[in-house]
Amino acid sequence: MKRDDYRRDLASYVIGLALAVTLSLIPIALVQFPTWPRGTTLGVIFGLGLLQILVHLRCFLHVSLGRSHRHDLYLLLFTSLILVLMVVGSLVVLGDLHHRMH
Amino acid sequence: MSPRDLNHAGLNVGATDHATHAEAEYSLFGFWIFLMSDALVFALLFAIYATLQHATAGGPLARDVFELGSVSVQTLVLLASSFTYGLASLAMKYHQGRLRPLVTWLLVTLALGLVFLGLELHDFIGMADKGALPQRSAFLSAFFALVGMHGVHVASGCLWLVVMLVQLRVFGLDTPVKTRLMRLGLFWHFLDIVWVAILSVVYLQGLLP
Repeated sequence: MKRDDYRRDLASYVIGLALAVTLSLIPIALVQFPTWPRGTTLGVIFGLGLLQILVHLRCFLHVSLGRSHRHDLYLLLFTSLILVLMVVGSLVVLGDLHHRMH
Repeated sequence: MSPRDLNHAGLNVGATDHATHAEAEYSLFGFWIFLMSDALVFALLFAIYATLQHATAGGPLARDVFELGSVSVQTLVLLASSFTYGLASLAMKYHQGRLRPLVTWLLVTLALGLVFLGLELHDFIGMADKGALPQRSAFLSAFFALVGMHGVHVASGCLWLVVMLVQLRVFGLDTPVKTRLMRLGLFWHFLDIVWVAILSVVYLQGLLP
């Protein structure tokens, strides 16, 4: 029982590390050996970065979508919403101002 | 309560230590609130960087001053340190009586944290040699604010690790020390997430031809 738990917890960290290293090295390789147009590569880099953040949340921080009495997930999701609103909002407004000034 | 029940995000110790498990629920939730407010600070620094990254004012460009090799090593070191902190958490959870595995992994994590800081500082000094100082352009101000903020966080994490090592020696592995170690774990893994964003948005975007 305890041994199984230990294995499961350890597996979470090992899988997390393997995925995180892979998801970091691919974008680094894409910058070192550019193969696609800049826009495409940038999209792939940001996509993989986002995926890696999800891996970190799942495997290292053990945030799960499971049904249990935790408010952490709501907190995380709400903060993400605020975060996206503030960052995207700032970028849109300032990008627009920049565009108008030229 | 089944040992599989999760009281909080982060590694739960319910399977081995019910008292700490119950205690941890509230203190860890409070710490999550801090982490999320910290995430907002970083998010806005990212927004500032994104809007100012092309405002180089005739000074050095991103691709002139960033070094992919050094940044890749820093990334791997930080990822490794997250893993070793995970192993420390597991040692705390499963080797109740023995402090040695826990202390060893905490020391390895501390060493990796210090290596990361050393490499980052080395990069900053290299940038300063090329005239890339915060006052040179808006791009560099935003860069040093964002990446420097992350560096300061890693440095505080290292200091916190030292404090925890002292507490382990003085108090042993009691419930308050355990929940502190769990919070430090959340903090350490959180800093990795911020670094992933810095790697993609700042370094890789800046170096991509």
